Amino acid sequence: MTKQYNEQLQQKIDAIYAGGAQKYHDKLAETNKLFVRDRLALLFDDGQYEEDGRFANCEAGDLPADGVVCAIGKINDETVCVMANDSTIKAGSWGSRTVEKIIRIQETAEKLQVPMLYLVDSAGARITDQLEMFPGRRGAGKIFHNQVRMSGAVPQICILFGPSAAGGAYIPAFCDIVIMVEGNASMYLGSPRMAEKVIGEKVTLEEMGGARMHCTVSGCGDVLATTEQEAIELARQYISYFPSNFAQLPPLKESLQPVAGRTLEEIIPENQNAPFDMYECINQLIDENSFFEIKKLFAPELITGLARIDGQVVGIVANQPKVKGGVLFVDSADKAAKFITLCDAFSIPLLFLADVPGFMIGTKVERAGIIRHGAKLISAMSSATVPKISVIVRKAYGAGLYAMCGPAFEPDVCIALPTAQIAVMGPEAAVNAVYSNKIEAIEDPKERMQFVKEKIEEYKKEIDLYKLASELVIDEIIAPGYLRETLVKRLHYYGSKQILSPYRKHPVYPV
Amino acid sequence: MTQVKAPMAGTVFEVSVKEGDTVTVGQTLIILESMKMEIPCEAEVAGTVKKILVAEGDFIDEEAVLLELE
Repeated sequence: MTKQYNEQLQQKIDAIYAGGAQKYHDKLAETNKLFVRDRLALLFDDGQYEEDGRFANCEAGDLPADGVVCAIGKINDETVCVMANDSTIKAGSWGSRTVEKIIRIQETAEKLQVPMLYLVDSAGARITDQLEMFPGRRGAGKIFHNQVRMSGAVPQICILFGPSAAGGAYIPAFCDIVIMVEGNASMYLGSPRMAEKVIGEKVTLEEMGGARMHCTVSGCGDVLATTEQEAIELARQYISYFPSNFAQLPPLKESLQPVAGRTLEEIIPENQNAPFDMYECINQLIDENSFFEIKKLFAPELITGLARIDGQVVGIVANQPKVKGGVLFVDSADKAAKFITLCDAFSIPLLFLADVPGFMIGTKVERAGIIRHGAKLISAMSSATVPKISVIVRKAYGAGLYAMCGPAFEPDVCIALPTAQIAVMGPEAAVNAVYSNKIEAIEDPKERMQFVKEKIEEYKKEIDLYKLASELVIDEIIAPGYLRETLVKRLHYYGSKQILSPYRKHPVYPV
Repeated sequence: MTQVKAPMAGTVFEVSVKEGDTVTVGQTLIILESMKMEIPCEAEVAGTVKKILVAEGDFIDEEAVLLELE
């Protein structure tokens, strides 16, 4: 082979690696964005990766790699597959080869049973290429079909650096997690310009489909990052909690002591109605700095996140009494349902920390379908076959007890702290409900108060924790100071849990 | 000016500040009661309490303006 062949090859490679025109590279720099190959260098261990379809559309001249880099490499020493849009080439839009490349790297991830990452920064379909890339058997729809097929088999992670418009917005939607870069990432079906033309709505991109909106209001985003570098680092951290695929177990890490802080006894108020910060409780149970929170800004009345206890990965679902009293809403139910499904898919045990007055009431939530959304949460929790530990921290009233993996939902253990209170409803509400006519009939205010007080005391005796333990409603009562130790031991003992799903195709999901 | 709004429907349990008070980020301004729970409404920005629009015992809707900070 003559030297000339190699030179010709190198020239072509150099042209591909250069990406789009200089003005588009300048634009990246202006908006604090990185070039696709720099993103990949940060994502992979030592910046090393192998690329497929590098020469796609190289004959076109101005479409290097056809606007997408598809690569295989390692993150935290585990193999992963990646597709990454190049926004310097026709705004990262999809042509027929772009789509074929994405489909192929997904097929590779599925065959190898390794995680698939989507680094999205794309204006959507190239309308000029629509016949070749949109409707057919190996058109863009196939990408989403593959995502659904692979869901729960291998982790699928999206980092959104720029737009994901129209159909492209479904890539993040089908991923397990979406990390969005504030200020640059956006998701929308129709652009603000289209919204103005079609429905007369005047709105900014940030308001309609910006990263902050999606991470706080719509729930389409899971983690909000301030920079691209941070987003990439978060993706690397997230993946460290997961096995490569559903058949393997999450990786064990070195055990760490919890961060120094107040004891659970000091944190949890005895007054059932008084707020406290559940994050403080979580920190006393988990290994220091091991919490990776998902949907922190969305429905914050419920906390969901991955953590390690004695080096073992757990998924935590905890009510947050400090926000909206820890009451469950439509959004909190959705948030928990997806998180539970995620953990169950990848053999991550679930820890429920319950302090919940119940589901929200009133016309607004009934019209929003709180019953079916609540049913979705209960269905997800009920179907999960990973080890489930239910800790009743304080109150667990009504369907709140069910949603937080109460005794009927086959937790491996239901542990109560001495502050726990399990009932259909709280004492005040129950007495008002049962004796409302009687209470109203008593004219003397003093006498009325005395009556209510007596009935509340009677009710409290009825739901006394030791009575519940005596009836085997709960499995154990422990001092809060012993909680971490018991979790460490029990997570270890429950490691061999195996439940076969009932013989059927799948349940009919409530939502 | 920043409006502090009710995160959920309920009643005003306690107004913890007076008009003219200087408040810091995270300080409890008003405590609502809903679903038998005390719901603290905290200042998201530091400033001065310009106007209090509710009184203890009032029923309030979700998103109702409770007070104004300056």
